[in-house]
Amino acid sequence: MNEFTAIKVLWKRELLRFVRAKSRIAGSLGMPLFFLLFLGTGLNSAFSGTTGNYMEFIAPGIIGMVLMFSSVANGLIVIMDRQFGFLKEILVAPVSRLSIVAGKIFGGATTSIFQAAIIMALMPFLGVSFNLSGMLAAFVFMVLISIAFVGLGIAIASKMEDMHGFQLVMNFLVMPLFFLSGALFPITNLPEWLKILTLIDPLTYGIDGMRGALTGSSAMPFWVDFGVLALFCTAMFALGAWLFTKKSTGN
Amino acid sequence: MEYAIETRNLTKKYGALTAVDALDLRIKRGEIFGLLGPNGAGKTTLISMLCTMLEPTSGNAKVNGFDISAEQSAVRKNIGIVFQDPSLDDELTAWENLDIHGELYGMQGGVKQAAIGDALKTVELYDKKDELVKHYSGGMKRRLEIARGLMHAPAVLFLDEPTIGLDPQTRRRIWDSVKKMNREKNVTVILTTHYIDEADALCGRVAIVDHGKIVACGAPSKLKKKGESLEEVFLRLTGSEIREEKGGSTQTMRARMRAWNK
Repeated sequence: MNEFTAIKVLWKRELLRFVRAKSRIAGSLGMPLFFLLFLGTGLNSAFSGTTGNYMEFIAPGIIGMVLMFSSVANGLIVIMDRQFGFLKEILVAPVSRLSIVAGKIFGGATTSIFQAAIIMALMPFLGVSFNLSGMLAAFVFMVLISIAFVGLGIAIASKMEDMHGFQLVMNFLVMPLFFLSGALFPITNLPEWLKILTLIDPLTYGIDGMRGALTGSSAMPFWVDFGVLALFCTAMFALGAWLFTKKSTGN
Repeated sequence: MEYAIETRNLTKKYGALTAVDALDLRIKRGEIFGLLGPNGAGKTTLISMLCTMLEPTSGNAKVNGFDISAEQSAVRKNIGIVFQDPSLDDELTAWENLDIHGELYGMQGGVKQAAIGDALKTVELYDKKDELVKHYSGGMKRRLEIARGLMHAPAVLFLDEPTIGLDPQTRRRIWDSVKKMNREKNVTVILTTHYIDEADALCGRVAIVDHGKIVACGAPSKLKKKGESLEEVFLRLTGSEIREEKGGSTQTMRARMRAWNK
């Protein structure tokens, strides 16, 4: 019973810290909005002759971007908790390591989804609007994406000594994952080598799933997107929990 | 179940370095016990093992009757700790920090609220309960950590250099609340400090630790030779050369951050 309380209280802490850091929220929304506004509008007019709306095409990609970046960034919170000592306070409490990780993952996922929801709410002002049932279906993918990448962020953080290394991960892992995910271009007519890379990228399935739900057109069937993402999500949760536990008990 | 702390051959090795070396220590219920020793003597490693934060390399120990390896959860329920380094969440208020603590230790509703209120009043921070911890001074943070360590009424309280860097007024107040807890609730207190005269005044017994071993243990009055202060005993037993303590990147980083925040 206490384990459930522990998950709840750590989840609540992430939320509290999130609403306190208003500048961080504003900062995290800047890049995706610029992508949408400038890249979206720019390429929209460049390809105005072809079928389809580019703005509408990248909208799910941008939602995926917000989710992945803000989720992985939760690893930074773990590193900061370790450096500023708060982690010790949690680790010495009579609760299991698994509950601690679960609370952190659910808290981080909640704040990521909240950030993505803000972007979604702003999209109609840029001329992109979705229907409610599509958004509900996309929500399932949003949950899976955020849990998966918070798990990955915690796994990476458990292997890092300090914050500097984490920036490296953002540049060399998260950025390529974003570019390869089909967020900005369709994955159907790519050269073979690039197509293989996009199919290895788990975010591809999340974004394709959201695109299918929101715009009705996707490269892969719903069950493929959902299945691969659910599998990846489970694996990352387990990896995050395992490495975090190992780091905090193995000395 | 007579002892609050009972260690047998407790050992912690880091590669070639033996931080705690086959330590045998018994501390009775209700004692205020001081662990003294130069930097790197193994005090913090010992406390970390007793708090289940570190697995011993060999040997074993019981805290309030529970084994630190086999009954970790029970040990954790029975102890409170004030760490050597800060461990508060700066972005939350004092009340929120204690609220999280209370929930983690299974307290709820009115009981929790009362415990938070009492703890904050003990360290005279109740008026500032809704301020963010990052706006607290060093001394206030320390007092808040002590309030947190006490609020779940632990049987054994570990204080790892709780008064480091504080002015005499704040130190006095902290020791007063520790004594009060010990007297009123029979909390066993194990503390480390570099202020040897404070340990002399406060502790029923002290152990002087060096290179992971206990070099002397007993009531301060019994350790002193004629006319000696406890600090002189300390220097006589541990020598006067300065020790280097190995710092990980975490510690240097933290020190840098602390310098920034000033």
